[in-house]
Amino acid sequence: MLRQRKVGIALAIFVSANACLLLAGFIAPYTAAEQHRDFAYAPPTRVHFVDANGRFHLYPFVYSLVAVDDDGFSYREDPRTGYPIHFFVRRSAERHAFAVAEPANIFLFGTDGFGRDIFSRVLYGGRISMAAALLATLLSLLIGTLFGATAGHFGGIVDTGIMRVAELALALPWIYLLLALRAVLPLHLGTTQTFLLISAAIGVIGWARPARLIRGVVLSAKERGFVMSARGFGASEWYLLRRHVLPQALGIIVTQAMILVPQFITAEATLSFLGLGMNEPVPSWGNMLSAFQHLQVMSSYWWMAAPIIALVLMSTSYFALADVFDVERIGAGKSYA
Amino acid sequence: MKAARYFERRLVHSVALLVTISALAFAVSQLAPGSFLDEMKLNPQISAQTVAGLRAQYGLDQPLPVRYFRWLRSVAEGDFGYSLAYNMPVRNLIWERLGNTLLLGATAMVLGWVVALPCGIWSAYKAHRWPDRILVASSTLLLGTPELALALLFILVAAHFGNVGTGFEKSRSVVASVLRGVRIPAVVLALAAFPMLFRHIRYAMVEAWHSPFLQAARGHGIGNMRLLLRHALPAAANPLISLFGLSLAGLVSASFLVEVITGWPGIGPLFLEAIYSRDFHVVMAVVMLFSLFLIIANLIADLLLYAADPRVRAEC
Repeated sequence: MLRQRKVGIALAIFVSANACLLLAGFIAPYTAAEQHRDFAYAPPTRVHFVDANGRFHLYPFVYSLVAVDDDGFSYREDPRTGYPIHFFVRRSAERHAFAVAEPANIFLFGTDGFGRDIFSRVLYGGRISMAAALLATLLSLLIGTLFGATAGHFGGIVDTGIMRVAELALALPWIYLLLALRAVLPLHLGTTQTFLLISAAIGVIGWARPARLIRGVVLSAKERGFVMSARGFGASEWYLLRRHVLPQALGIIVTQAMILVPQFITAEATLSFLGLGMNEPVPSWGNMLSAFQHLQVMSSYWWMAAPIIALVLMSTSYFALADVFDVERIGAGKSYA
Repeated sequence: MKAARYFERRLVHSVALLVTISALAFAVSQLAPGSFLDEMKLNPQISAQTVAGLRAQYGLDQPLPVRYFRWLRSVAEGDFGYSLAYNMPVRNLIWERLGNTLLLGATAMVLGWVVALPCGIWSAYKAHRWPDRILVASSTLLLGTPELALALLFILVAAHFGNVGTGFEKSRSVVASVLRGVRIPAVVLALAAFPMLFRHIRYAMVEAWHSPFLQAARGHGIGNMRLLLRHALPAAANPLISLFGLSLAGLVSASFLVEVITGWPGIGPLFLEAIYSRDFHVVMAVVMLFSLFLIIANLIADLLLYAADPRVRAEC
């Protein structure tokens, strides 16, 4: 019962977090590039239910912001008129979950130095980060399955060779491997190219652990009675692999995916944070944080840390889900090594 | 005698591994588009002849195998190649920074194990009751918190309290300033390493705790404390020794980012800068040093395993 509830909770967080990113265009009140230059470094907009006269309103509303002085990026609310938050409104020909009328703005997580809404950018940036992570995971699992199955199936020198390389890939610190690989790629690229190359570079470094695990499955599957009897009935190698061997590896592939995705989200964020991944103006959780690392920004505009919460929430939802699937093996799965 | 042969074989294996890594890394780094001199070519004040002269002087116009053997010779002489950006042998650049990185790593390692070991043992002892649940849940949360986020959060908190003592700073005594500087990066690193250490320790201890010989020992009326520390822990030590070697790799990876973010003057910032400026000998030296470091760590872990577990001895 407890286990079922745990699965339910983990699944609910997981699905809603991913749905938010998928529906970014609907949920985000602004686009990722939309700038409000008059409201650079505006703090998170406060949503009110009670107005200045102490009257309670059933519908939430916001006040418009007024700059206190011109260069200090400090603002105060103008309490004369409240602007109600409209839900499911049409704004510039697209439907949005919520919006407020001009001149008021709704910045749930505040704005950055260009006056861009951080809430919207977290959602749009999350799409990029997640897409890169998923693509990299797919690649990793594909390479891992291919090499693992080949090694397990053929054995002998092929097996030894592949497993030696896997050991090597596991022994090296992943971040240095990734950065060394990134150093080999050209520094300045177009957005799409960067996205694809980054995903590929991340995907390539993660194949070793799935390959080892899948090799183990294939090795033991080869000796199973029903596989041997199917072989005896004249089943082809390809049929055996597809019908009998790989389905046994499915559990491992799914668990590995759940562990790899959060690691690869981190990897993408790390690269973008260091200026080696996705570049401005395209948002990603990593490059949004790189603006945050300056001490002045950090101490004055704490809301710029919002992508950290998104990162932690997303990774934890994956780990938690992997955790309830398979409690004990997960620690070993963090392919740090 | 057998032990000596076993480690001789491991040593040969390790050296072969290092040579393979070096050849691969060197080939890949040289095939990369762009070189350090590309920036210079863009500068109208530097003539094409000067750049060509520099290419010849640094030997960049030689074929790949020649450059590789030159690099090998320079490693053998202890120079680890030549940094074009700093115009000096890489050795001079790396030495002090390596010390800082190792200091940080060792502090974090000790801190991580000192916290994770009692937590893991206690969690295993209280398995599936609330102290265990809280610890497991918080380790999941920590597992989901990337080092990037951890480091930034720590600095955010430190900045909030107006107390950003990262990197080295002038202080009354050297020891005090080092301690002040290492505090934040070491805690971040230890926290990053904690979930993996904790989970392995807990798992190994749970397994040992439920083994038949421990039931028998309990039947003899041995107290819980003695059971845990004297009987279960040595039985669980085997995977933990391997974990020690593996966790070093994680620490080295994590330490890069933590160093860059907290401004710790270690290898990390140097490596990043070398990538930006395409200073490939520095990149190579760092990759090789860490490969060497990890191979040695795993060798030591195997040695310890060999000493601790008779079953391993029988297999070799």
